[in-house]
Amino acid sequence: MTELSHIRNFSIVAHIDHGKSTLADRLIQLTGTVAERDMKEQLLDAMDIERERGITIKANTVRIEYPARDGQTYVLNLIDTPGHVDFAYEVSRSMRAVEGSLLVVDATQGVEAQTLANVYTAIEADHEIVPVLNKIDLPAAEPDRVREQIEDVIGIDASDAVEISAKTGLGIPDVLEAIVTRLPPPHGGDPDAPLKAMLVDSKYDQYLGVICIVRIIDGTLKKGDRIRMMKTGGTYDVDDVGVYRPAMTHVAALGPGEIGYLNASIKQVRDTRVGDTITHEKRPCATPLPGFKPSVPVVFCGLFPVDANEFEDLRDAIEKLALNDASFTYEMETSAALGFGFRCGFLGLLHLEVVRDRLEREYGIELITTAPSVIYHLYHRDGTRQDLHNPADMPDMSLVDHIEEPRIKATILVPDDYLGDVLKLCQERRGIQLDLTYVGGRAMTVYDLPLNEVVFDFYDRLKSVTKGYASFDYEMIGYREDNLVKMSILVNDEPVDALAMMVHRDRAEMRGRAMCEKLKELIPRHMFKIPIQAAIGAKVIARETLSAMRKDVTAKCYGGDATRKKKLLDKQKAGKKKMRQFGKVEIPQEAFISALKMDG
Amino acid sequence: MRSGNSCRAALTEDWQSGGFGIYIHWPFCESKCPYCDFNSHVAAEIDESRWVRAYLQELDRYAALVPDRLLTSVYFGGGTPSLMAPDTVATVMERIRHIWPVRNDFEVTLEANPGSVEAGRFRGYEQAGVNRVSMGVQALNDDALRRLGRLHSVKEALSAFDVARNQFDRVSFDLIYARQGQALAEWETELKQALNLAVDHLSLYQLTIEPGTAFGDRYDRGRLSGLPDEDLSADMYQATQTLCEDAGFSAYEVSNHARTGSESRHNLIYWRYGDYVGIGPGAHGRVTIGGDRFATETPLIPNAWLDMADAGNGESLCRTLARQDQAEEFLMMGLRLRDGVDLDRYARLRGEPVDAHVLVHLEEIGMILREGQTVKVTEGGRMVLNAVIREFLSG
Ligand SMILES: Nc1nc2c(ncn2[C@@H]2O[C@H](COP(=O)(O)OP(=O)(O)OP(=O)(O)O)[C@@H](O)[C@H]2O)c(=O)[nH]1
Ligand SMILES: C[S@@+](CC[C@H](N)C(=O)[O-])C[C@H]1O[C@@H](n2cnc3c(N)ncnc32)[C@H](O)[C@@H]1O
Ligand code: SF4
Ligand SMILES: [Mg+2]
Repeated sequence: MTELSHIRNFSIVAHIDHGKSTLADRLIQLTGTVAERDMKEQLLDAMDIERERGITIKANTVRIEYPARDGQTYVLNLIDTPGHVDFAYEVSRSMRAVEGSLLVVDATQGVEAQTLANVYTAIEADHEIVPVLNKIDLPAAEPDRVREQIEDVIGIDASDAVEISAKTGLGIPDVLEAIVTRLPPPHGGDPDAPLKAMLVDSKYDQYLGVICIVRIIDGTLKKGDRIRMMKTGGTYDVDDVGVYRPAMTHVAALGPGEIGYLNASIKQVRDTRVGDTITHEKRPCATPLPGFKPSVPVVFCGLFPVDANEFEDLRDAIEKLALNDASFTYEMETSAALGFGFRCGFLGLLHLEVVRDRLEREYGIELITTAPSVIYHLYHRDGTRQDLHNPADMPDMSLVDHIEEPRIKATILVPDDYLGDVLKLCQERRGIQLDLTYVGGRAMTVYDLPLNEVVFDFYDRLKSVTKGYASFDYEMIGYREDNLVKMSILVNDEPVDALAMMVHRDRAEMRGRAMCEKLKELIPRHMFKIPIQAAIGAKVIARETLSAMRKDVTAKCYGGDATRKKKLLDKQKAGKKKMRQFGKVEIPQEAFISALKMDG
Repeated sequence: MRSGNSCRAALTEDWQSGGFGIYIHWPFCESKCPYCDFNSHVAAEIDESRWVRAYLQELDRYAALVPDRLLTSVYFGGGTPSLMAPDTVATVMERIRHIWPVRNDFEVTLEANPGSVEAGRFRGYEQAGVNRVSMGVQALNDDALRRLGRLHSVKEALSAFDVARNQFDRVSFDLIYARQGQALAEWETELKQALNLAVDHLSLYQLTIEPGTAFGDRYDRGRLSGLPDEDLSADMYQATQTLCEDAGFSAYEVSNHARTGSESRHNLIYWRYGDYVGIGPGAHGRVTIGGDRFATETPLIPNAWLDMADAGNGESLCRTLARQDQAEEFLMMGLRLRDGVDLDRYARLRGEPVDAHVLVHLEEIGMILREGQTVKVTEGGRMVLNAVIREFLSG
């Protein structure tokens, strides 16, 4: 156990890609925590999908030891956090476990939307903030301008912001020194008091079961202790306690101010609740910690196996994935078009993609993903409320009095040149402007937007109209009534339930036309012509016709060709298996998502 | 027990609906055409006596495997078989006649390249027993011939064709259309000219870009321009059908046209799913022995095949075809024919009938016609035959 005054706990926060994980690498390296030969870039991003996409998805804790210039050795617990808005929840709960934050700002980019969002979260958590200007090795770096921006936009003192290059290692000793001198030690904790520990995170390990990341407030946690989770009520025997260096390293005990892990043969991540208070069964603490607001899924979609026979495999895979990720929800769903599958809820679109990717890659199941949707509140004429997760479940409109949809507050930072395009995009998506200011040479606009206009391709569109120069952050702000209708899509005169969607009545024609046009491109030509229609109730609002294929025949086929041509046809036939049959029409799996992408 | 026996008997005799033929592959050409994916090679020196020996050895081997068959046809294909010495052809034919009895309408075809035609040689082929020639004219337009990498001009092709016509009663020629930059009207003119020349048979192929050829590479690099789009290609195909039909050369197969009774008996063996022995590098075969149908393949490299044939067996592969494969091959080949396929034969091969839903669907959308147990593709169905066949495949 370490004396409180020699402990510093902090999170590294920043806008996506500003260099948090690379800074963590340097801190780990410079303190000799990991042997030089085991070092690699973004060491903490261990998941395949993190390495592949070059982003952090899960927050990671590491304990390093730093002999400071004052001659004392300090224990530093750092938490590297994800930058993407979908995982903002990881950031906020990480912050609850520590006393300070390193706010990394890319000196070539400046303050971005998540920089702001992170600062607000850090202030809410009462953090001491040390601004760090990164990437000053790059010629485009403008540390002075960015320093000014931080002061203007965020309103914190940036005069002693640390200038570094996480890539070359320049300035890293100053960061370590700033951590020790400028961040506070943990607030007073008593090692002899009843145990009070915060469950910061829990993850699933194939061999060890559930591992809990804990921050000790009071008391001492040791192997062999019998603990109780105060919220869920579960009691467990502690098999092991330790710290991440970043490999799991056993320690005799964890005391106040320390961050580490415990392993207590817990079967499922779902059995634990992050934010819960852990105490001793025999000698519990009097009052639990306030806990975290639970993360709520905001984007929903159906996941169906391409091969209907793989439903059980999919169930298995989803259950296994859920062991490690408590933030997505799932329930069984049946679709007339797609058969058995699951309706899943996610923190955002990236989260959806990550889960889908992992299901496909780690479990080898090819999936059809249906249109992402949000939860609508349907108020029936009889006064009851229905939460609609799936447009296919929409009841007869005559039963519905009105519909409310979730709205968000979106903050967008963008260079002036692109502001016009951004405003246009937000307007098109039924946005209401709440604010528009100029800060540090850039425009910051705040919009009230319907979530359903954002979940799908808003971010892509924003990126493309601003050539990647805009940054975007959002939070949920509640529900509001609007004129919403269900739009069905009919292919060859048969409704395809998996393509049904909720749209604003005023936008229905436009969306319907876009969908029909897209589907016409996506569905391969058949031997007959295929009408594709969008309809509200019985009223057709858009229509396209996919003409029949005209020619597909092998010109020459003799004795030697029998084997070869048959193989070719077999292969094409196998390709068709990746499609789903709707009546007589085959629709490729990617159509369900691609059909929604709007170009204009 | 009884049904087992009769089913085995059915499979033993199935090939008889198609006949029995021998394919001899001569793998050499004077130059390699950029569109061609046939197994053809350009060689400086060819020891023809070695080839004769290898052909004879392989014939003898098959004599033991499939004796006592009445032979429908022999086909010398290539490559360019018109580069073979007439003596080579004669020796091979002699051995074949010695081994197998032949049908009264026995057909012996030799493929000829207009660049290698001399009257003397053709007389030699005829004396060797060849009674039909198929000539690769390819185009009646010098520009097009050049683009196709052909060594001969239209004039040379026509005079070669004259030589062949004087020597043989049955002469066919090949044209490639839907070429780069070819307009519909141009093709119609060219085809009318061809129909005036034609004796009793014509093969009209739309240019196919085959992977692994020079055209294939150019195409992949986006450097092959002016190819017709699907609509033009369909229009050209339709125009071809009409013009040929009017001239008395109806299409008995997707790309093959003949006056009634002058169809290529040998090629019909493939499409009617008969038995054929494939001899020479890259030749394929289908041979029924007992109740099993074997698919045979040989190495593509000429010398590799020679060495193997010398050593006693030129086959690189010989596998039994599962009943499903046989049934599907039968269907795939047979639906190319105007006369269609017999569903009973399919059911005998497969052990179960064709999926009735598939038949109903294809009939509803006008792709096939059913007459009793016979299924034929319609004119429209033939244009999208690959899609029609895919419906039948179990995948
Ligand atoms: N030139 C330069 N590149 C840097 C520096 N720091 C980070 N990078 C690069 O910036 C990119 C993003 O770095 P990461 O450390 O993964 O960023 P992050 O903030 O952890 O990203 P997320 O976890 O996805 O939010 C990588 O390509 C790094 O190599 C730096 O100081 N100089
Ligand atoms: C083996 S070759 C014929 C004989 C001889 N080698 C010649 O070219 O004159 C068979 C025929 O197939 C046709 N053919 C070959 N490759 C083709 C392709 N890629 N597309 C269309 N037809 C092709 C040509 O018409 C050719 O005459
Ligand atoms: S088309 Fe004929 S001549 Fe040309 S390479 Fe092919 S086989 Fe030889
Ligand atoms: Mg990172």
